[in-house]
Amino acid sequence: MPADATTTLALPKSLTGISGFDDITLGGLPTGRPTLVCGSAGCGKTLFATTFLVNGAIHFDEPGVFISFEERAGDLAKNVASLGFDLDNLIAERKLAIDHVHVERAEIEENGEYDLEGLFIRIGFAVDQIGARRVVLDTIETLFSGFTDHGILRAELRRLFGWLKDRGLTTIITGERGEGQLTRQGLEEYVSDCVILLDNRVTEQITTRRLRVVKYRGSAHGTNEYPFLIDHDGITVLPVTSSGRDIRVSSDIVSTGVPDLDRMLRKGGFYRGSSILLSGVAGTGKTTFATHFAHATCSRGERCLYFALEESSGEIIRNAQSVGLDLRQHIDAGLLRFEAARPNLYGLEMHLARMHRDLDRFKPEVVVLDPLSAYRGPDNEVHATLLRMLDLLKARGITGVFTSLTRDEEKRDTSENGMASLMDAWIRLMDVDANGERTRTLYVIKSRGMSHSNQVREYRITDEGIVLNDAYIGPDGVLTGTARLTQEAREKAAALRRQESIERRRREIVRKRETIERQIAELQAAIKAEEDESAMLIAEDNAHEDVLLRDNAARAARRGAAE
Amino acid sequence: MSDLFPDDDYYRLRLYIAGQTTKSLAAVSNLKRVCDAYLPGRYEIDVIDLAQNPQLAAGDQILAIPTLVRRLPEPLKRIIGDLSNLEKVLVGLDIRQKSEPP
Repeated sequence: MPADATTTLALPKSLTGISGFDDITLGGLPTGRPTLVCGSAGCGKTLFATTFLVNGAIHFDEPGVFISFEERAGDLAKNVASLGFDLDNLIAERKLAIDHVHVERAEIEENGEYDLEGLFIRIGFAVDQIGARRVVLDTIETLFSGFTDHGILRAELRRLFGWLKDRGLTTIITGERGEGQLTRQGLEEYVSDCVILLDNRVTEQITTRRLRVVKYRGSAHGTNEYPFLIDHDGITVLPVTSSGRDIRVSSDIVSTGVPDLDRMLRKGGFYRGSSILLSGVAGTGKTTFATHFAHATCSRGERCLYFALEESSGEIIRNAQSVGLDLRQHIDAGLLRFEAARPNLYGLEMHLARMHRDLDRFKPEVVVLDPLSAYRGPDNEVHATLLRMLDLLKARGITGVFTSLTRDEEKRDTSENGMASLMDAWIRLMDVDANGERTRTLYVIKSRGMSHSNQVREYRITDEGIVLNDAYIGPDGVLTGTARLTQEAREKAAALRRQESIERRRREIVRKRETIERQIAELQAAIKAEEDESAMLIAEDNAHEDVLLRDNAARAARRGAAE
Repeated sequence: MSDLFPDDDYYRLRLYIAGQTTKSLAAVSNLKRVCDAYLPGRYEIDVIDLAQNPQLAAGDQILAIPTLVRRLPEPLKRIIGDLSNLEKVLVGLDIRQKSEPP
């Protein structure tokens, strides 16, 4: 809430305390001036005005006066009691005063000149009694049915609005929507400072409330039609676009909760604050992936808000249990919250408004929306809603996980493609059936700001969660499931055969080497034998020579002696 | 003076004004004139100045000034304006023409 807006802007403003409204008006209603709130019956004018007064009295120390031209004080208190407003208590504390102005034409006869000084005195009296700063006139147009002289009435209303302004009272004047103009009696002519139009439209049996700031003199304001919500928490106005808001960009990485999938991403997960789309046909495990993500978030001690649009929280918890994820503990720890709502319960705007409120209240780090495709409607509306939803998350730095049901694998929905361009990351889950078997595969279509594996991976949903297998990629394309196993067996056999032939060759070599080595040894042995032989012969010859010499010498000696 | 005054002919009137404005003074004198003429001795008029007693405005659901409220006889009737049309005052207050004006 831009509490500082009132001080930074030249035009002083009074906060209404209505969530979202103070944002689009950059600080609330013009202080000390009248504001016209108009709309058809049942669109929340009185509630808007009452909320303005009650919040003023409780939160901003500005007592208020409610001049009711339609409902009695008791009825008024009863009507808003369901929103937790205790008007009786506020009256007792002198923070609120209610005056019921009853106009009954049948009782009134006009005779001569008159004015509405009595009304002025009543308002003035109520204001003075409690020192009011805020006033609501609901619905002043009732006076037109009470007085015949509309000339006097108009002059008096003009004087009244001037008088309220002079007294510096921040005033809401409600008016019934008229044909061709904002109010039946053209009150917008008199209240020129700020005009707010409330609207209640029904399309295809679904009601959407919208609010528009028609004019706001001297101030910038959001010009769109903003959806708003009335429920047990009062009024919530949803700013359509987060214009002018800085989007927090983070380079933190959050895990998908599936380790194998994390490994397919360069950074080991997705960027915090990014939006992730999980698309796939029925039964591909989109919700299972989403619960993995939720589980991982809560396991880090962060908060996760899970919008379950088709399944109840009980079913999701049970199903998560079957893949080994205990979500109950996170709920008990206050980290995980389920918001279940059938998509056709409200219009898209209402969903958005609710989401907005839930986000601001629970302040999650991760939001899961399961499934996005539950939102039906014209493509452009769904697209616009989604865009704003993403804005909503991005502005808060919340990581969004969206599942989307693809209706036909072949003809991809245009809506899916439209959505996908808005997403930062997109994982497609597929069903491949071949050889009478269905297997699940996934691939990362995109992941902005980081590289990722381009492989198609087979995954299995096991008791211990999701496990990715390396898909077989070979000459015959990608094989999965049994086909992959068969092919793998075939490959294994071939490898075995190759291995065997190598072994065989190796053994042959060894044998050859042994043979040759044996031959070498034989030859060496032969030559050794020959060498030995010849050495022996040489020695024999030498010995023979010696003997011969010795004999000759002996013979000579003997011959010498005898001669 | 009881609220349950039984006499149908007795008129209890309240005239709400806010300060001494032209309209207020005109209404007071016009009313007195009619009553003196047509209801001599059987009427009473409370003139309430809301400028001095603003808290009294809500009780009788006063918006327009001046407002004449006929408390008695029943039913309650209101006439707003300065009562400048005497004929309409007579009709509005249901005053039977018992006596001719002097």
